[in-house]
Amino acid sequence: MLTNTPFSPPSASNFAAEYDFVFFLLLGLTIFFSVVVGIAVIFFTVRYRQGSKADRSRPIYEDLRLETTWSVIPLLLGLVMFFLGAKVFVDMKVPPKDAQEIFIIGKQWMWHVQHSNGVRENNTLHVPVGKPVKLTMISQDVIHAFYIPAFRVQMHVVPGRYTSMWFTPTKAGKYHLFCSMYCGTQHSEMGGTVVAMEPKAWANWIANGGESVPPMTLEQAGQKLYNNISCNNCHGADDNLRAPSLYGIWGKQRKLSNGTSVVADETYIRESILRPHNRLSSGYGPTMPIYEGKITEQDIPKLLAYIKAIGTPGGVPASSPTSLDAAALNGTGGTMTPFASNAIQYQENLKKRLDATPTTRRGNPAVNAIAAQEEGRQ
Amino acid sequence: MAAIADAHGHGHDEALHHQFEDMDQQNEAYLVGMWTFLVTEVMFFGTLFIIYTLYRSMYQMDWYLAHEALNIPMGGVNTIILLISSFTVAVAVRSAQRRERNLVLWNLGITLVCAFAFLGIKGVEYMEKFQHNLYPGPEFGRHPEYLHGAAPNFAQLYYGLYFGMTGLHAVHVIVGIIVIAYLWVKWFLNAKNVTLDYVPTEMVGLYWHFVDLVWIFLFPLMYLMPKP
Amino acid sequence: MSSIPIEKGLENSSPHQREPANYLTVDWSLKSWLTTGDHKRIGIMYLISISFFFLLGGISAGLIRYELTSPAGRVLESETYNKIFSAHGILMIFTFLVVAIPAVFGNFLLPLMIGARDLAFPRLNLMSWYLYMIGGTLILGGMINGGVDSGWTFYVPYSSMYANSNIALVIVGIFFGGFSSITTGINFIVTTHKMRAPGMTWFRLPLFVWAMYATSVVIILGTPVVAITLLLIVFERVFQLPIFSPELGGDPVLFQHLFWFYSHPAVYIMILPAFGIQSELIANFARKRIFGYHFVAFSTLAIAGLGFLVWGHHMFISSQSMYQGIVFSLISFLVAVPSAVKIFNWTATLYKGNIRLTSPMIYALSFIGLFTVGGLTGLFLGSLGTNVHLTNTYFIVAHFHYVMVGGSLTAFLGALHYWWPKMTGRLYNESLAKWNAVLVFVGFNLTFFPQFVMGWMGMPRRYHYYYFAPEYQPYHLMSTAGASVLALGLIIPGFYLLKSLANGPKASANPWGAHGLEWETASPPVTTNFEQTPIVMDEVYDFDPVLEHEQAQARKALEPTGYEGYEPGALAEPKKDESDLGGKS
Repeated sequence: MLTNTPFSPPSASNFAAEYDFVFFLLLGLTIFFSVVVGIAVIFFTVRYRQGSKADRSRPIYEDLRLETTWSVIPLLLGLVMFFLGAKVFVDMKVPPKDAQEIFIIGKQWMWHVQHSNGVRENNTLHVPVGKPVKLTMISQDVIHAFYIPAFRVQMHVVPGRYTSMWFTPTKAGKYHLFCSMYCGTQHSEMGGTVVAMEPKAWANWIANGGESVPPMTLEQAGQKLYNNISCNNCHGADDNLRAPSLYGIWGKQRKLSNGTSVVADETYIRESILRPHNRLSSGYGPTMPIYEGKITEQDIPKLLAYIKAIGTPGGVPASSPTSLDAAALNGTGGTMTPFASNAIQYQENLKKRLDATPTTRRGNPAVNAIAAQEEGRQ
Repeated sequence: MAAIADAHGHGHDEALHHQFEDMDQQNEAYLVGMWTFLVTEVMFFGTLFIIYTLYRSMYQMDWYLAHEALNIPMGGVNTIILLISSFTVAVAVRSAQRRERNLVLWNLGITLVCAFAFLGIKGVEYMEKFQHNLYPGPEFGRHPEYLHGAAPNFAQLYYGLYFGMTGLHAVHVIVGIIVIAYLWVKWFLNAKNVTLDYVPTEMVGLYWHFVDLVWIFLFPLMYLMPKP
Repeated sequence: MSSIPIEKGLENSSPHQREPANYLTVDWSLKSWLTTGDHKRIGIMYLISISFFFLLGGISAGLIRYELTSPAGRVLESETYNKIFSAHGILMIFTFLVVAIPAVFGNFLLPLMIGARDLAFPRLNLMSWYLYMIGGTLILGGMINGGVDSGWTFYVPYSSMYANSNIALVIVGIFFGGFSSITTGINFIVTTHKMRAPGMTWFRLPLFVWAMYATSVVIILGTPVVAITLLLIVFERVFQLPIFSPELGGDPVLFQHLFWFYSHPAVYIMILPAFGIQSELIANFARKRIFGYHFVAFSTLAIAGLGFLVWGHHMFISSQSMYQGIVFSLISFLVAVPSAVKIFNWTATLYKGNIRLTSPMIYALSFIGLFTVGGLTGLFLGSLGTNVHLTNTYFIVAHFHYVMVGGSLTAFLGALHYWWPKMTGRLYNESLAKWNAVLVFVGFNLTFFPQFVMGWMGMPRRYHYYYFAPEYQPYHLMSTAGASVLALGLIIPGFYLLKSLANGPKASANPWGAHGLEWETASPPVTTNFEQTPIVMDEVYDFDPVLEHEQAQARKALEPTGYEGYEPGALAEPKKDESDLGGKS
């Protein structure tokens, strides 16, 4: 319908049609009243401007019939809109009995999806077209929200209680998934993809344990963890007030605050993560959070692999774009591309840049975040 | 549109402020202002009462069990103390209206003593709670016998509201003490703005009555819970 | 009346050379300002303070819009960006919008409009200002110390248990600001009830006074609730008292209920004064009594009352029950009606008027357009079904900026231009001001209209990066381009208004030929407002359109166009020993 324009989100669920009808009705009302009021104001201003020859005799100051009319008519129109909106809402609130249940766990700053047959995925949600799906969601920490614009559904994900929403996908494809309740530093990076697949394809996918793309390398898992536990919040490209840079440190001598120096190898790095205040770098105080007890031994090798990758001289981090990487990502080495409006062009630029780095990633980082190496963390 | 009024005379009351036409207008304005302020205080405490109501209805049994650690006799004595202080402050207001300075000083004095006694007993209660590890935090519930069988999590919520609400009330008592003491000093020094005009005393009295009223609600809610 | 104080240095001059001292010139010392009880001086002090905070809020807005021009950000880390949008919200809402019109124009005009010498409690009024300054300083301190990154909504458990930023400090600042707001509200309520001049009945009051009164009622009922609710976050963070912690059985959604119980009426605190300004501007520049005065007055009270019953429309997807949602949505549609009534009444006022397109009038007319759009887009959000997709997106951002900037700020600018000659006794460059008003209108629409489309397309709000959804970039670019235009339109008045203080010509008592008690005293007024207490014999907007038309023709025939866009009669009379009492029949 009107939704096949560049100014509309895709319509891919059972709610989209119903929703869009109410939306466009409201839009029509809005345009109508805005235009009516606008024209009236302009017309009166011109006709009755000071000095014009219009007839100003017998002005009216109160008119009960007029007041009633323009109170009652908007009220009735409003009630109609209320009913239509409430109907869509009630439909959205009551899932069909045969809806397939999928569990969502939101946490800072990722989504963990658990299908009922045990298949798990992160930041991606595979769903079958034509079958109702009910998401039962909870948060591990703060309030998040699960938002799929193409499906017109959105719901808060709250700690301490389950919330739910349901939908039936109607069109196969990849759609944005956003976290839409502010939840901290990486709120805007907590997105993902909803992949609606034809029922046969989906059945295959889920029967194969969900492995439709290759798993992560250790370095990729490490990079993900590095961001998840906020290493990147303090350790930047250069030494800064909070933390020294980790770029180019691997295998080099490092000066410590007690005057000695040490080689930056696996042992040193492991110690610096778990018990940082025993190994303060020269010029820094004990401000790094202590990760002992917060991450497992299985996590350490991933971090080591990643830090080794960025720590090797010449290595450039392929992390979530920081301000410094933005220029690099745009593929123009320093100057900003002002108009990356073409999404495909942008992805290509991104891909070119990432492909040139030692730690290769395939495709969209958000899409590419697969479950495999997250054992022990959930 | 507007005509000019006759210039008004200048033999005012010394206690009349310049923005008012006469004492009646001034007194009414001050009293309406004070009542309006008390409305805001009702909304302020009322919010806490709403939170309390919600959680108590959700965790009735645990809260009943947790509340058993509260000392009802001490709370009861505090209630009586505050009621007495409300009485004396009301007598003080009446005495102010009749310009009876001595009675005002005595009654305000007793009110102050009651207020300090209230805080003292509250302090004793708080100390006891701290010693029994009933203050929310990592140390909460170290002495489980004082939880009387309540689930520690929900008991922490109870004590969170207990300390929050009685604490806020205590802050208002302290503010009341400061204000009443200030008023007492003004009366003692025979300051014209309190001796010639009873309304400042009445305003302080209204505030103190409100503080008392909050406690009248707090005491039964916190201390006198029936078994669910 | 006590004798008129003689200006310093003029003691030896002859009587007809001395000007009566007005509230600005009566004492130039800083101490006299900082210990004043004069509502007019306090209004000016507020004007300076809120302008400062508005500037800070505006700078943060500029940073936000710049940062969003690229999907991967420009110069900021995410943590910093989050702190900046939080700062923008906190500063604009708590230190500007809630305060601006009531504390500047309410303070300055309320006693003048009702014929009183001052507010009921001048010293309380001064305390309001100090509380505001303390609150603002604490908030600023929190910002300088690193800011908060929770958003102005401080949702728990993020702000109570997870945020690493200066939440407690900023909240205490907001608490002081709330206390300031409450004391102002108490002052206005008592003043309106008890200090009207003889003959000034309720239905002879200017509609601005009705608006101030309704706003004050909302302030005193709503602000204490958010004060204690935010304070509970401080209790959780500083005193470890668990109130909303989910692990202990607390309810994070309870915070939302309590927060929005104030914050929805708060938006009426921000808009009702603007409605009051609108009535003044439209009546005086259409030279016609407001159409449906009683309906406008009662609709103000209706909005204040109903506004307390709709807070749940901010929480339709928060996990509150379906039935709660239905009730809140229904009442939200009811509360929309009185606002619509006002728009229609203002439009009808223009019919058979004598419209003068002065800069305040341009702001007033653009208010009608922008508020209509903003209000109608509110219906999308009040309707349950459509809310589900649009909430937490840029649609919301666009909606509230239309009503807050296109509504409140536009009215504030209109009021600033309208009463500037009264407050300062100077005339500014009205021709430039007219063009600037148009610039603001254009810049505003360019900034925020694309955000409606972006929100409909699903771009969430409070997002620093959108690199995995770069299709939103064109809208962000359009919005930022528009923001540059808007910024210009908001900065330029600073220049011509300040310039008028330096060397603008002196204004007469009534440069606009407007109606209202404030125009019957000098510009600027003397400290006690009126030489003698007025007695009110007629309602305020007693214009006669036919008569107005004839007078307008007559004025045009007599004199050339007035100073820089003003009407003749705006300049102060050469003879200054008698204040001009209006210059109209």
